[in-house]
Amino acid sequence: MTATTLPAAPSGVDIKARPAVARRAPRGENRAGWLFATPFLALYIAFLIGPVLIGLVISLFNTTTVKAGVGDWVGLSNYADVLSNGDFWASMWHSVLFTLLTTPLLVLLPLMFAIFASRISRNQWFFRLAFFAPYVVPSAAVCLIFAFMYTPETGLITNAFSWVGLSAPNFFGTTSGAWFAVVLLTVWWTFGFNFILYTAAIQEISEEVYEAALIDGASPWQQIRMITIPLLRPTMGLVLILQVLSSLKVFDQIYILLAGGPAYSTRPVIQYIFDTGFSAYRGGYAAAATMVYFVVLVVISAGWFLARRRSPANA
Amino acid sequence: MATIVDAPAGAKSPSRRRSGPEQAGKAFNRLAATCVTLFALIWLVPFLWALITSLRPNEEIAAHPTTPWSNNWNFDAYKFAWNSSPLGWWYVNSFIISTLTVIFTVVVCSMAAFALAHLQFRGKYVVFGLILAGLMVPIEALVLPQFLEFRALNLLGTYWAIIFPSIALPVAVFVFHSFIKAIPVALIEAARLDGAGWWRIYYQIAMPLSRPAISAVAILTFITSWNAFLWPLLVLTQTKSQTIPVGLSSLIGGAAIQYAETMASAVLGILPLLAVFLVLQRQIAQGVANTGIK
Repeated sequence: MTATTLPAAPSGVDIKARPAVARRAPRGENRAGWLFATPFLALYIAFLIGPVLIGLVISLFNTTTVKAGVGDWVGLSNYADVLSNGDFWASMWHSVLFTLLTTPLLVLLPLMFAIFASRISRNQWFFRLAFFAPYVVPSAAVCLIFAFMYTPETGLITNAFSWVGLSAPNFFGTTSGAWFAVVLLTVWWTFGFNFILYTAAIQEISEEVYEAALIDGASPWQQIRMITIPLLRPTMGLVLILQVLSSLKVFDQIYILLAGGPAYSTRPVIQYIFDTGFSAYRGGYAAAATMVYFVVLVVISAGWFLARRRSPANA
Repeated sequence: MATIVDAPAGAKSPSRRRSGPEQAGKAFNRLAATCVTLFALIWLVPFLWALITSLRPNEEIAAHPTTPWSNNWNFDAYKFAWNSSPLGWWYVNSFIISTLTVIFTVVVCSMAAFALAHLQFRGKYVVFGLILAGLMVPIEALVLPQFLEFRALNLLGTYWAIIFPSIALPVAVFVFHSFIKAIPVALIEAARLDGAGWWRIYYQIAMPLSRPAISAVAILTFITSWNAFLWPLLVLTQTKSQTIPVGLSSLIGGAAIQYAETMASAVLGILPLLAVFLVLQRQIAQGVANTGIK
């Protein structure tokens, strides 16, 4: 892309393409390389690696978050407490349940609508606006608007149920109603991100493939099933993993809209860590919960990363 | 990217004789268009509903909650919302934090990418592997140890506590790396022979040539930083020092009858980024596509 806009290299000097790896670095270049990389590395080690190591250390002490210092060494007992705690596993399950509820909707619906939208040649800006605009809205604003629409009796969504002859669930009082509320909100809020990823991938597919299929008499449905979807498979894989990872990290919507309620029945892991670490001040215990959760997330992304490197289809 | 032929659908199709599939295709396209347009209109409802509600008087909302019309449109709720909460401060805080984060992220990550793409230095591949591993670190899960770290550094309650952890962004390095790598080595060799130092090559050659990467990273970092919730919630505890999302979240579950005021606050919270989005629609979509696909 950028290469085409470059000015021509000045001639007269014999510049051969050099083998980048084989050459030994001159001392000046070695120093320059480190100087360029140092600001990043310093911040990276301090604020990305740092918290991982601190979490690991703190999880072995009975640290409290109210006063400075790490407290006393307790070995692995924090981990034993976390792994045998029902509330921790309940919150883990809530994050997983949220992922199971949102991922299929947020992988398949945007795919369907991106394909539909791609069959229209005009007004693409309108779909981009309608679907992607919610993504730039802060979670708190989304929750304010949806909380208002979920208001019992007077809310717009509550009333929309009765317009089609259904009775609305109690969005704040029952667990199933609360899940419905938070899933609908999440689909509205983040739909656009996946929609844009799919749209970009669809635009990469050559028009000639479709023309050839049309000559062969393929119906639109056959075109979608035999051309578009198979060619989008790598993108679907990417959307899937990004969605699973971001759904497992859910916090904002559930905390702001429901505070994890009713009666902690929707509280996700991050809120559990937040509650035990910052409301109950059990720093060491919350750090152990953090590390367990951290390992789960890293294993999932590392697993996907390795699987993708090994499979030849996506290389 | 190779060959996108922008033919209007079905207009100059090579096969005139086979009208069967083409007819079916047109019908299908019309159906798809109706479906997706309907869906897009539904998507706009929450925005419109918040806007409409914020412009109606509260008594009217209480009496006719689902009527999208008013006999008395007014801006009173906005005046009230602006005066009753420190929205102005929240704007200022969000703006300063997001802007500084963007500047530092772009400079620091592009410098690292430049070193990885065009400089030979000992340990380069270790650095590369380290950054690659960083892609997998879920920083949002680490707020507790992060909090303890910043407390030990005595930075809680400052802008820096929000800015520092967001700068070293592995994804940004890879976006920059793929652009800077595309700059021909010959160009850089030539600049070297002309006596240019590495710093000059970085900011006079590499940076101007990776403008699309700069805009993608800048826009996405700005959105992420502006909308960040959990970490600012933990770090900025003074009402006046909060950011827009944290401040707005404190309004939820407030006075239940002040519908218009609450919606006015929500609209005010949405406005700045929505304005940015409307101006930069195309670039934002391109940026998401660039970083997502890698």
